[in-house]
Amino acid sequence: MGGYGDVQLLRDDGLRLDGRKFDEMRPITIEAGILPAADGSAMVTHGLNVAVAAVYGPMEAHPRKIQRQDRAVIDVRYNMAPFSTSDRIRPGFNRRSREISKVIAEALESVVLVERYPRSKIRVEIEILTAEAGTRCAGLTAAAVALADAGIPMRDLIVGVASGKVEDTVVLDLDKAEDNYGQADLPVGILPNTGEVAFLQMDGDLSPDEFNLAMEYNFKAATEIHDIMVDALKRRYEGGEN
Amino acid sequence: MGWRFATNGEKEMSNGQNGAELRLVTPGMAIGPSSGMRVGSGALAQNDTIIATRLGWVKQLNNTVSVDPINSAYMPRSGDLIVATVAEVRNNLWFMNVNGPFQGLLPMSLAPWKVEFGAARQHMGIGDVVLARVQEVDECHNVVLTMKGVGLRRLNQGSVHSVPITNIDRLRGEGNATIQRLREVCDCRIIVGENGRVWVDGDAEGMAWARQALDLVQTSGHKNTFEAELSALENNAPKNGDA
Repeated sequence: MGGYGDVQLLRDDGLRLDGRKFDEMRPITIEAGILPAADGSAMVTHGLNVAVAAVYGPMEAHPRKIQRQDRAVIDVRYNMAPFSTSDRIRPGFNRRSREISKVIAEALESVVLVERYPRSKIRVEIEILTAEAGTRCAGLTAAAVALADAGIPMRDLIVGVASGKVEDTVVLDLDKAEDNYGQADLPVGILPNTGEVAFLQMDGDLSPDEFNLAMEYNFKAATEIHDIMVDALKRRYEGGEN
Repeated sequence: MGWRFATNGEKEMSNGQNGAELRLVTPGMAIGPSSGMRVGSGALAQNDTIIATRLGWVKQLNNTVSVDPINSAYMPRSGDLIVATVAEVRNNLWFMNVNGPFQGLLPMSLAPWKVEFGAARQHMGIGDVVLARVQEVDECHNVVLTMKGVGLRRLNQGSVHSVPITNIDRLRGEGNATIQRLREVCDCRIIVGENGRVWVDGDAEGMAWARQALDLVQTSGHKNTFEAELSALENNAPKNGDA
């Protein structure tokens, strides 16, 4: 995120390298209930990112020392598949995946009604099959849909979305080149119905005005993604009458 | 805070407020105003609005708005008949997997046998399946099971299948009519546990057919085409002469 001055990220016609406008997202599709063995699951395709999330539980928390007497613990495991990038990733946990697992778990704990299941554990597995910048946001969105699919009670569906700055211009939903050579990245987890922010990270520098503009882009995109999430969940159970 | 434009309840407020029609809602979706209404399960009141906390169907009964979830974990209640498996064995008790967030505890005093201290393993080991009843659930969600009662026993034969908790009523049918129909068609003994576990015992053909029927409950139990699909499956049952 140091800003490489010789890399051109915006075209002369005012569009981005892939032809998007500043406030335009990459195409996104969501499918719920793709893993029959899981209690809830979802797959999010966001640009070239493919994130699969599976939810198991709530279940008895083991080992017992991790149990909380007043609430459930959310155990998130974010992992990038070795083949998800052009350079092979060494399998297993690393510093980055630990950090992302932690921030996603904390974001989810703020929306899941964890006090309903004391002493238990909700296991969330997020696997990134293909990565192209924005995997933590795609993973968070997939996890939210999978939790809803599993019937876990939540205050809202949390949406992961990111904005950033390239060539002194605030843009929505950075792609790989913009993420690598841009000046700032601002991934957030948004609760669209309440307007709350459940998680926020910032890499690089943004002025207050740029930050507000980036958040405006993020909220606008979150509303769009939320509609796609709702549609995916409804599509899974269409034809139902209960 | 120029970007904080969305407030709770701005979306989806226009339809389904009186609960006249079934409406599928997702977590966070506004169901309607909370004034004069009581909030039932699967929903909560937030800023004068009732919002859904689960994916499911909105139900309104006697001024109470609730959401019937499409998927749900089993929450044990006193008196439930369940099919449980042994998860851990101690000297004087068994911890049972009840297919829920909390393990059930079966003390040797509530087992159907006279068990000496330290001899629990001689009666049941890890993985054994039992038919038990929930004796007690306290406010800390401690679950105590009992095997003292008519028909409660260790299930030594047959197979155990899972169906979603929310489809159990559909599997049983009105006055147990559907499950009785399945029993007659496959000529098997079938016990439906409240915890979403179903025990089936009979001949191989009948059990194979029962498995197909339970898979149908799993995949289509929530759909309005379930009855038609089940009838089509019945026509292919071994006892109907096709096999």
